[in-house]
Amino acid sequence: MNSKRINRYIAELASMVLALIVLSPFVLVIFNSAKKSADIVISPVAPPLNWGQMLINMQNVINNQNFSYWKSFASSLFITVVTLVLLTVFSCMAAWVLVRNKTKWSGIIFMIFVAAMVIPFQVVMLPLLSTFREISSFTGIKLLSSYVGIIFAYLGFGGSMSVFILHGFIKGIPKELEEAAWIDGCSPEGTFFRVVFPLLKPVQMTILILNGIWIWNDYLLPSLMLGLNGRIKTLPVAVSSFVGSYVKQWDLILTAAFLAMIPIIILFLFAQRQIIQGMVEGAIK
Amino acid sequence: MEQNVRRVISILFVLFGVFSVIYALYLDIFDKDAGGRGILLIGGIFIIILGTYLLPSKKHTTIINVLFLLPLLAAFAITVIIPFICGIFYSFTNWNGIKFTEFVGLANYIEMFSSPDYLYSLLITFIFTILNMLSVNLAAFALALLCTSKVRGRNFYRAAFFLPNLIGGIVLGYVWQFIFNKVFTSFIAGSLSMLTDPNLALAAILIVSTWQYAGYIMMIYVTGLQGVPKDIIEASGVDGASGFKSLIKIKVPMIANTFTVCIFLTLVNSFKQFDLNFAITNGAPSRILGMKAIASTEFLALNIYNTAIAKNQYAQGQTKAVVFFIILAIVSLTQVSIGKKKEVEL
Repeated sequence: MNSKRINRYIAELASMVLALIVLSPFVLVIFNSAKKSADIVISPVAPPLNWGQMLINMQNVINNQNFSYWKSFASSLFITVVTLVLLTVFSCMAAWVLVRNKTKWSGIIFMIFVAAMVIPFQVVMLPLLSTFREISSFTGIKLLSSYVGIIFAYLGFGGSMSVFILHGFIKGIPKELEEAAWIDGCSPEGTFFRVVFPLLKPVQMTILILNGIWIWNDYLLPSLMLGLNGRIKTLPVAVSSFVGSYVKQWDLILTAAFLAMIPIIILFLFAQRQIIQGMVEGAIK
Repeated sequence: MEQNVRRVISILFVLFGVFSVIYALYLDIFDKDAGGRGILLIGGIFIIILGTYLLPSKKHTTIINVLFLLPLLAAFAITVIIPFICGIFYSFTNWNGIKFTEFVGLANYIEMFSSPDYLYSLLITFIFTILNMLSVNLAAFALALLCTSKVRGRNFYRAAFFLPNLIGGIVLGYVWQFIFNKVFTSFIAGSLSMLTDPNLALAAILIVSTWQYAGYIMMIYVTGLQGVPKDIIEASGVDGASGFKSLIKIKVPMIANTFTVCIFLTLVNSFKQFDLNFAITNGAPSRILGMKAIASTEFLALNIYNTAIAKNQYAQGQTKAVVFFIILAIVSLTQVSIGKKKEVEL
């Protein structure tokens, strides 16, 4: 009994120490974004003397031309939200058709979606740029450095995994519900939007979280499609572009990093359980 | 009667849409600078879709099926499938990112495998992948055991360990660059940053990657461990098994499947590591190998990016990307076949 109690104390202590270590980089970011450059040189770990400095740093960073926080934040938010809405609706529609129609074609299309999950972004990124450039010059629709293009690209890249997850879930929904709606004279599209779509809520949550976190944090795709100093910038691109122009000015860089982290940390505080659950479920499937 | 009116209207829609698309294509081909051709094209396609949707027909279900598949499939084909096929094709040409003039056969592949910086990058990526897989899984499993024990405030710890995973690798990479360059060096006065030594720089990326990723893998282990029935553990306790013994003999074998999932997940993600690599070291420092300076911490993903974007060698970068894909495909196929074997055993 006694050794059990000791074990428990060790576990408590270990958890506390580990949590402290894991969270310490965040603490350092907060501390140092409230210091002047000279104070960081004196001690990068000491708590700041004057928290008011954080506001001054933030003002410097927010209005900086390379960072333009509010604009980048709005761009990131717009791209993420629009993609998520379209992706959820479109992938539910596609997955439903693929599950409910057992033909040779639906099998082949689903197989392609699944196989494409193996394709890493690196192998398509260069031809993607040239394909988009060709389409733009041919049709006159601007796809590079435009919202339309990047949202379209995210739809394509998020599609295969979303369809895969939804496919597994829809298979488990009894067909009788849809047949009942069908007998009552409901059209197929009515059946889908009134009966099936609301039933998919739990998986839709998984898809929203999985894709949302990925799109929000993605760097490579927006940096290639929008450019580092383009008209539209997402937050990660803005941070990178800011770091590139303010090399070694750690007080400002850390303030920028802190500002970039705030939105997602706030979101995590409110929807902790759903976020963890969504990301884990996505991985297991 | 009403049916006929609807039919006429929908056919008119389709015809109008087709006309609009054809006119847009005409402008595209013969008059490159005409404004509004994009809107004409997209609008035409929408009107065709609307027309076919309204068309009263016995094949309405089939029409809906096609219309439902179309948006996602179009985006998927244009952003993934077409560039993928083009990409494999380009790796056999002298493509410069815009156009190609001749086939070069396997020349890109031969050049790639005879360039020391690529071979070094391949090797260092494999080393990093294996080490990172081990360290992430060991840390994650240990954390999972802590978070499923009776520790007070378990939920807080889970959230705390998970948090780094939510922030993008680019932002975290810059933060850690600060920690390695300014914070760690301030502990021992006059010491050099870890990022200036090739081996220590690799260790630095390993530390950050484990820090960022372990919380995520931990949650998968937690889910697995919670699936182990409590009565089995209690029964083993009654039979006199110690906590450690029941862990090795019962818990670990029962979540073997979770181990497989986590190991492959970390293998694939470590192999694809780009953001941290880019933000922390960007390949630096260089190492002298055979009279030549080679970026010592440039993993494959970064190597591809730098070859194409920084050095402007698109065909070479694309060739490296194709090999990158082949390696990942082999890993995934291995995982699938292991999963199938397990199913047979069950």
